[in-house]
Amino acid sequence: MMIMTQETRHANEVRKELEKLGEKIVAEIEKKENPNIEIPIRALSNVVFDKKSNQLTLGDKTAKRYFFNVAHSKKFMQSLLVASFAKSLIDENIHASIRDMYYNLKRTIDDSNENTFDEQSESDPIIVDIEVALDVLREQLHLTTDRKGIVAGNVIIRDRGDDIDWSRLGSGGWSIPSTVEEVEFKKVDAKFVLVVEKNAGFERLHEDKFWQKQKCILIGTGGQPSRGARLLIQRLNDEYDLPVYVFCDNDAYGYYIYSVIKSGSISLAHVSDRIATPEAKFLGLTTSDVFKYDLKKATIKAKEVDIKRAKELLEYEWFSKNPKWQKEINLMIEKGVKAEIEALSHKGLKFMSEVYLPDKLKNKDFLD
Amino acid sequence: MAKKTAEEFAKEQKAISISEFFEKNKHLLGFDNPTKALLMAVKEAVDNSLDACEEAGILPEITVKIKNIKEDVFEITVSDNGPGIVKEQIPRVFGKLLYGSKFHRLRQSRGQQGIGISSVTLYSQLTTGEPTCIWSKVESQKKVHYVELHLNTVTNEPDILKEEDIEKDILDEHGIRVLMTLHGRYRKTVEDYLKQTSISNPFAKISYTSPDGTKKMFPRSIEELPKPPKIMKPHPYGVEFGTLQRMLQKTSSRTLQSFLTNEFSSVGSQSAKEICKVAKVADDVKPVEMDRATVEKVLKAMQSVKIQRPPVDCLSPIGDAELEKSLKKEYPNAEFVTTITREPDVYRGFPFLVEIGIVYGFVEEANGKKKEEDEETNESVELIRFANRVPLMYQQSACALTDAVKQVDWKRYNMDQKSGTLPSGPMKLVVHICSVWVPFVSESKEAVASYPEIIKETKLGIQDAGRKLSSYLSGKRRAGEQKRRLQIFDRYAPEIANALAMLTKTEHKSIEKKLKDLIASRIHIKDDVEDSESELQPKQEEKKVLAKTQPKK
Repeated sequence: MMIMTQETRHANEVRKELEKLGEKIVAEIEKKENPNIEIPIRALSNVVFDKKSNQLTLGDKTAKRYFFNVAHSKKFMQSLLVASFAKSLIDENIHASIRDMYYNLKRTIDDSNENTFDEQSESDPIIVDIEVALDVLREQLHLTTDRKGIVAGNVIIRDRGDDIDWSRLGSGGWSIPSTVEEVEFKKVDAKFVLVVEKNAGFERLHEDKFWQKQKCILIGTGGQPSRGARLLIQRLNDEYDLPVYVFCDNDAYGYYIYSVIKSGSISLAHVSDRIATPEAKFLGLTTSDVFKYDLKKATIKAKEVDIKRAKELLEYEWFSKNPKWQKEINLMIEKGVKAEIEALSHKGLKFMSEVYLPDKLKNKDFLD
Repeated sequence: MAKKTAEEFAKEQKAISISEFFEKNKHLLGFDNPTKALLMAVKEAVDNSLDACEEAGILPEITVKIKNIKEDVFEITVSDNGPGIVKEQIPRVFGKLLYGSKFHRLRQSRGQQGIGISSVTLYSQLTTGEPTCIWSKVESQKKVHYVELHLNTVTNEPDILKEEDIEKDILDEHGIRVLMTLHGRYRKTVEDYLKQTSISNPFAKISYTSPDGTKKMFPRSIEELPKPPKIMKPHPYGVEFGTLQRMLQKTSSRTLQSFLTNEFSSVGSQSAKEICKVAKVADDVKPVEMDRATVEKVLKAMQSVKIQRPPVDCLSPIGDAELEKSLKKEYPNAEFVTTITREPDVYRGFPFLVEIGIVYGFVEEANGKKKEEDEETNESVELIRFANRVPLMYQQSACALTDAVKQVDWKRYNMDQKSGTLPSGPMKLVVHICSVWVPFVSESKEAVASYPEIIKETKLGIQDAGRKLSSYLSGKRRAGEQKRRLQIFDRYAPEIANALAMLTKTEHKSIEKKLKDLIASRIHIKDDVEDSESELQPKQEEKKVLAKTQPKK
């Protein structure tokens, strides 16, 4: 008996979108029109901050990519190659990495010395073009990226037919795949989600069984969170109403990672509504913490570029409207110091899991 | 050592004959080296033949044959179907320098001074000792007259070595054949000269046999002779003191006023009176009685009073249609040919006229290898200069016509050019000046002297032709771009068809065919849609901002 799973339902919708694109272009050819693909513009000029949802989203400006335009023609061809490749993946129900796709589609065009794609940097943006044009996610096109991010907690999921218990994975934790759309949650026993920017921080807290003691889900993003990690955070927040706290270095990069989880990024503004978590809060590290917990000796002198970047952040819409953030960032600029989360080890290796984090959580000492 | 007396000096002082002078100054006539000497011999004979045929109203048929009889000795035979020369005149035409019919009249012709062919006789006898042989047939005589002669360098008179009437029918009804034997060196310039002569004389048929026996034909491209140019009376602006004085002595007019109206062109009684008034000389003074001071006053007045430009029917241009035909015949593979005949203008009282021809994008057989049409060439264009239909083969850089070409800003006409030089590209540029008196830099007649009027007219002509070239080239560029555009679409079509077949589950062959038809139907449509493609993805600067946000590893 064929069960209509979430997976197959998604797949049918996306397949239909791809077919519609093909049929539209064939119709244009038959009507002797200039075949084109309409794609929302993803440049900064069309990225807006939606105050209602506190997210970066795409405006409604679109551009058409025409076949009969020398400047567009190649990308038009590449877009259709990517679309047809995605359709074949869906039809056969297999996944491919974006690098697989690049190698699969790269070839020399007949009777010429021109390649369909010369670099993966040419095919990657085309995938995003197809995503925005069809309003589907890359994951739904069965295109994956490298796994990035780890998770641990009292959660059981079902992934491609296997039950996985995030509490019983030893020292490793579960690697977050690039596609978490189709993951089914079977049991979620947690009070909040703690997102740690660094893998080292994750290891520390995992070893200290922090997630067990605090009844939380611990996610390590290993730097800028992948789309899979962001979607996972969003789903846990959305489907289980779990608060999300972000724990990053006290520097401009750390703040930006928080803003990406919360409001989305410029380059992925088209998927903000699906992978951003507007309710996420910033737990630390803050400059105020540095002084409050007497970590001054463990700070690093901020470089010129750090200060410059921090000043840019002050202008970002999602920081500029928030007096608390203005105060924190200005304090960092004023003191001219930054601090990594490992700085907490200055006070002892377990200081992070036994003093600092419980303290912050108890006092609800967050930045929004 | 005893001092020489004036009397002794006097014994040594004697007139130098013109012939002796030229013997020592061969370069002044263009015989500077063996290569040039050979060309000069061909050129003088051919120019004379063309002049003679044209004046007699005969469509010229000229045969040139060069034989290398030993080492550096060449025999040159040139025959024509002209009117021939009566026997009394033959010796002086071929054996006396500065003898001719063209010097004393103002009419456009190839020869001007009457030096040319006799200087070849002189050069031949100096280098090989061989006489010049002439066969002449005039229509009224039954027999061919044959003469062998030298030029006496002391007396500047012909020395006839042999003279006879021969029965043998070696010429048609009429014509001349001349045989010259001289030291020379053979180069392809001879053939170039004949080819160019054929361009500027499209009514002439020229056959040529080179020293290695190769025969080459330069056929006619038009079957009509040009309208014979009229003889022009001198224009007041172009007269010098000596000429004026001689004219005053010879005239049959009895008053200065009638002298001016009768002997000059463009002078009516109004202008004549005006000249007399300005010169403060009575208009009824007798020309023969005018003293030197009066003549000077009159000359000055003649050149300051405003007088109409000279008549222009004394000029015989090739004609733009004829030149175009001729160039297309000579360069049948040229992509584009355009020609311009300017209106006549005047320098120093002499009417002149400039003609321009442009031959672009020729495919020439070079060493049996065809040049690729699109092959970029950095070579300068080939400049072909003509003066009164005569190709100017040497001294290109000393010539005013060349200067004019260099002064034009060719970039305006889509041609490459380093400023102040000849443009470069696959082009031949023809510049023809015709005048009743072409001002040459020297007697070898290879470079036109620099008169501002001549340079100006040449530039204007080039600009006229350049505009036509430019519009052709930009059209060609557009067509090239269009072709490249379609090639791009054609190249992508199969990939697109395959992808669409996959997306819509239809047969890719039918989509590909429809797509190719669509491409073909859009040959003349430009990219007319807005280009917002560049906005689709984050710009480079924005990407940098984004990249900065990535944490360091």
